[in-house]
Amino acid sequence: MGIDLSLIWAAIIAFGVMMYVVMDGFDLGIGILFPFVKRKGERDVMMNTVAPVWDGNETWLVLGGAALFGAFPLAYAVVLSALYLPLILMLLGLIFRGVAFEFRFKAKADKRHLWDKAFIGGSLTATFFQGVALGAYIDGFAVVERVYVGGAFAWLTPFSLFCGLALIVAYALLGCTWLIMKTEGRLQQQMHDLARPLVFVVLAVTGIVSLWTPLAHAEIAARWFSLPNLFWFLPVPLLVLLCTWALLRAVASNAHYSPFLLTLALIFLGYSGLGISLWPYIIPPSISIWEAAAPPQSQGFMLVGALFIIPFILMYTAWSYYVFRGKVTEEDGYH
Amino acid sequence: MFGIEALDLARIQFGFTISFHIIFPAITIGLASYLAVLEGLWLNTRQEVYRDLYHFWAKIFAVNFGMGVVSGLVMAYQFGTNWSAFSDFAGAVTGPLLTYEVLTAFFLEAGFLGVMLFGWQRVGPGLHFFSTLMVAIGTLISTFWILASNSWMHTPQGFEIIDGRVIPVDWFAVVFNPSFPYRLAHMATAAFLATAFFVGASAAWHLLRGRDNPALRKMLSMAMWMALLVAPIQAMIGDFHGLNTLKYQPAKIAAIEGHWENHGNEPTPLILFGWPDMQREETRFKLEIPALGSLILTHSLDQQVPALKEFAPEDRPNATIVFWTFRVMVGLGVLMILTGLWGLWLRARGRLYQSRAFLHLAVWMGPSGIIAMLAGWYTTEIGRQPWVIQGLMRTADASSGHSFAQMSLTLALFVVVYFALFGAGLGYMMRLVRKGPVTDEGKQATEGGPGRQRTPSRPLSAADEEPDDSDTPSGRS
Repeated sequence: MGIDLSLIWAAIIAFGVMMYVVMDGFDLGIGILFPFVKRKGERDVMMNTVAPVWDGNETWLVLGGAALFGAFPLAYAVVLSALYLPLILMLLGLIFRGVAFEFRFKAKADKRHLWDKAFIGGSLTATFFQGVALGAYIDGFAVVERVYVGGAFAWLTPFSLFCGLALIVAYALLGCTWLIMKTEGRLQQQMHDLARPLVFVVLAVTGIVSLWTPLAHAEIAARWFSLPNLFWFLPVPLLVLLCTWALLRAVASNAHYSPFLLTLALIFLGYSGLGISLWPYIIPPSISIWEAAAPPQSQGFMLVGALFIIPFILMYTAWSYYVFRGKVTEEDGYH
Repeated sequence: MFGIEALDLARIQFGFTISFHIIFPAITIGLASYLAVLEGLWLNTRQEVYRDLYHFWAKIFAVNFGMGVVSGLVMAYQFGTNWSAFSDFAGAVTGPLLTYEVLTAFFLEAGFLGVMLFGWQRVGPGLHFFSTLMVAIGTLISTFWILASNSWMHTPQGFEIIDGRVIPVDWFAVVFNPSFPYRLAHMATAAFLATAFFVGASAAWHLLRGRDNPALRKMLSMAMWMALLVAPIQAMIGDFHGLNTLKYQPAKIAAIEGHWENHGNEPTPLILFGWPDMQREETRFKLEIPALGSLILTHSLDQQVPALKEFAPEDRPNATIVFWTFRVMVGLGVLMILTGLWGLWLRARGRLYQSRAFLHLAVWMGPSGIIAMLAGWYTTEIGRQPWVIQGLMRTADASSGHSFAQMSLTLALFVVVYFALFGAGLGYMMRLVRKGPVTDEGKQATEGGPGRQRTPSRPLSAADEEPDDSDTPSGRS
């Protein structure tokens, strides 16, 4: 068969993970921004902007895990056990964050602050360890005969910790611009004021990660800086700068929608840069998608369903966002 | 340390996280279908009681669903984090089944949940009913795939082993493996029954306190019809499932029966109670009925049931545990059937809502479905040991091999977090139940029209009439 199933599945998983980063990114970002907003009514609004959609957003993370399990079981086994502690901590963070959505509105007034803290702490923990896991993933894993042989704390490096912090500011910017789009009045103004400094911080951490990665990994440096690759990939950093400039302008002109869309573009560009650096390895630095692939019987079986079902998923997800379109105010809280 | 090794901790961690998790999806499966029935009845009959009940149970459903989502997320990753050798060995089979569950079920549930819970006024009644139906169907599709995967681990077929890894060759055979139809039917029915007894207990609790309204009566009535009709069916499904297990996993049956050896040609007795002792290879203090074991399991008086001593000691499941978990499940099942019958008798005499003795029983039976379901899962899963995939891979060979220190740290975290958070969640669910369905509570939700303040589409904490919203101008959270 002339179809490269592994390539298609790598693309589907990459797509799923990107959907996750984009969608759960803004609702984790809202948790990260919670400490900047004190008034209960405004906090209610922040939560209500994502209440109808957050668990759909999180489902993309489940898809990422399950599809990796099915299409690249070796990668699922090695990467997940290598990242044992950060992933468990991420999951615990997501639990705190997830239950807070419901519990916060059920709690009595004297207990509500606990769920606010669970929401903030859970969002920060989940985001930080996602970033740490990402950094450790870029650093790669020691594998001998299909088994991870690095230590329990191999993921703990200055680079991975920095990636954790970087992801926090990136998700904060997503959440901030999402709220500019979905709210109005004082809360929106506050987010406007926050957006500009956040953009600069995001630009700074993106720059640091972009330099640190090739400096630490000769093969990634070679990927980017050898000719003719340099010319092919040069648009990525240039577009990042362009988007940042447009984003600053959009914020300055009090635009409602474009800041969020431009932030999405920024995230997409960063994600593409990551793909360029790592391709074609699914267990960096040396096991490719083809070496980790499940047999074609498995990948083919899954593909039939995925190609048929994912368009429907995208359709009804879009419909759900459409139903809950528009600004959320304190009066029309769903809770 | 205390004879416990990292592997045991890994097993305890999986058992702990999945035991907590399964409670939420079971209630989700049952309540989603219940809500679909209620909304269907409301649209058909326009009786307010159905709409009131819909809004009442939707609030409880929402809390429960959230906990199911986050505890399920852990499960999706735990195969890789804790059982990487299993994942590498069998991922080609179980991974695609899990992927289909996500694609066909999780997205469907999550995609329509928002509209179901928050969209009462944002979409028309038909579209809203459609959303509820999609969520309910999603929960059942999810049951289908996860049980296909689990059943395959009990009765694997449709594969080859190449280079030390499982390669699927016939997906139909993989999905419809021999134990799958029974396990699927048994679990789906268990979820419906567990929910019915939960709903029935909620109604009985209020009736006992002198609160009485049509919604409460309807709850109890519907729950008792379910008990009457479905509990006996569940017993029959369980019987078929047992026969299937006898055929494919005889060691599990021998352990459940605490049956160590056959003597000559005499039929196998049924041990009612006793203490199977794995070291002494006998069941101590036993109370047995001659020949009944053969009668139940082979439906004959001359065939014998396999005995534990026919299996090598290292291939025997722990009979002490499964003997008792099985009896807890069956005992509760019998109580459920009796509750249904008593309910019918009282109903015929017009005393269903008044008999205090019966209402007390109904309250006590509230958690029976959940406990029976957990006991059943312990029986089947511990009964499969020492295999993680029957006959193919031992549990001892399946783990990631994390250190004792790592496993104890994460286990401690899970225990603390699960008890604290899900304990609080169950507390909130109980608080909602204690408030009870209020007559006309469904009406509030539809009074806000366009241009007016939208009353909360999901009157969640709006229904909590606690003075905790004083700092919001609208008085609603």
